[in-house]
Amino acid sequence: MIELVDVYKTYRRGDSTIEALRGVSLKVEKGDIFGVIGYSGAGKSTLIRLVNYLEKPTKGQVFVDGQLLDRYSVQELRNVKKKIGMIFQHFNLLESKTVYDNVAIPLVLVKKSKAEIRQRVTELLDFVGLSDKAGSYPKELSGGQKQRVGIARALAGNPTILLCDEATSALDPQTTQSILALLKQISQTYPITILMITHEMAVIQQICNKVAVMEEGIIVEQGNVLNVFGSPQNETTRNFVRTVIRNTVPSSVIQTLKAEAKRRLFKLEFIGQSASEPVINGLIRNYDVQVNILFANMTEIQSTTLGNMIIQLQGEDPVIDQAAGFLQNQGVHIEEVDSV
Amino acid sequence: MMDTTITANQIIKALQETLTMVGVSLLFGALLGVPLGILLVVARPGGVIENKTLYGILNPIINIVRSLPFIILLVAIIPFTRLIVQTSIGTNAAIVPLVIYIGPYIARLVENSLLEVNPGIVEAAESMGATPFQVIWHFLLPEAFASLILTFTTATITLIGATAMAGTVGGGGIGDLAITYGYQRFDTFVMIVTVVILLILVQGIQSLGNRMGRRARRE
Repeated sequence: MIELVDVYKTYRRGDSTIEALRGVSLKVEKGDIFGVIGYSGAGKSTLIRLVNYLEKPTKGQVFVDGQLLDRYSVQELRNVKKKIGMIFQHFNLLESKTVYDNVAIPLVLVKKSKAEIRQRVTELLDFVGLSDKAGSYPKELSGGQKQRVGIARALAGNPTILLCDEATSALDPQTTQSILALLKQISQTYPITILMITHEMAVIQQICNKVAVMEEGIIVEQGNVLNVFGSPQNETTRNFVRTVIRNTVPSSVIQTLKAEAKRRLFKLEFIGQSASEPVINGLIRNYDVQVNILFANMTEIQSTTLGNMIIQLQGEDPVIDQAAGFLQNQGVHIEEVDSV
Repeated sequence: MMDTTITANQIIKALQETLTMVGVSLLFGALLGVPLGILLVVARPGGVIENKTLYGILNPIINIVRSLPFIILLVAIIPFTRLIVQTSIGTNAAIVPLVIYIGPYIARLVENSLLEVNPGIVEAAESMGATPFQVIWHFLLPEAFASLILTFTTATITLIGATAMAGTVGGGGIGDLAITYGYQRFDTFVMIVTVVILLILVQGIQSLGNRMGRRARRE
């Protein structure tokens, strides 16, 4: 469990001050895969570093497993850090050590026996699929393999929390997929809480169950991924959602729309159950309206389907109103719009 | 064959003196310089054990010593030399100023080598709860190893140059031979021989250092 309460972080460089965080509160529950998204400079890097006290807050409180980090002595803090694994955008592996020795390092630091280290490292390399690379040096590995080593290293000390600092940002899309799959597998295999920061909404969409959107040092929106994706409230959030859920009508379709009058446009949103039911079919059967589907998109988030649709209804006004009412009763979020 | 006033034994003896002075000063210089270099890195602002006072004291001291030409340092610290080795002339007397000269030099080079280590490595180390000693021992030094080899190559070659001035206090060595016989007695043969020996020595050490550095970097 991780909790930040009204946290501020100010950096001073000479005369100028930079406010990286300006009153951030968030709570990550046990077992969550919590994603923090924001543009560069939003304060995400600072935020994630507060959790293992690589950065200390200027004001506010940070709790890990219910304990206020500020109360710990330096030595106690080191022990807390040993239960928090961290992976990095640029992996931060030791170039001078083999894959095996890199993964072994956290265990060497706590002076485990050679036999224990061998057993744990072998097990971890097997888990991340790099058993055959134990004797290789990081230089000989691909980006995805390096991150797998980073993950194995972060898990070596059986952490209860895994921090992911833009873990997939330096990887190509395909490798990103495999790393995300691995993180999901970790979340299902071990009793671990994952906090990740990213600027890619696709990452959040694929593995997170909760999300916080950051902008200029504050959290502008947070909640369940499904809710935030389904109905984003903040403009920045909408921009991020738009990067993974396309809901813009192709311009060629807009062209043809302008030529036609006396038709009404509706934006529909389906979440979960309503997405799998034949509501459009019901609409056409029960009401004397013509339905023109201009745009449709389905996305899966947290094993729940999220649908977006823009339709044009043609018919008598009262009938169209009734039709819209019918859709609403079916659990569809409906909104009439003037234009797309 | 050119006429010369020296014997092969003199050359061998001079070479031995040079190697002794270089070897012993390098050893003690490293014992002084490596910890100082590490302290400079960890105590600097933003370092692992950031300590403004320590850094504020060490940094200027190293600069002061480093700004003295060796020939001046050599004579300036004669009282100190006498205190340490009970004499101010001979090979041992030359080693004291050589150590004082090369120690801070090594400290600076070690500092540079360690600063080249990717800061992300230190961050990773701190995220694992490593103690400052563990950060240095398990992360900084292994990562800087290849660079440190080159550091010592440079330091060794600098020392060979400095030993040439050791003749001033009767330290002997190849450089002294070149000056007293080659230059002051116009013995061209000695001049050529000493230059060739120094050349081979420096070239050899540089090549060896480069090769070891490459191996450490696995190239």
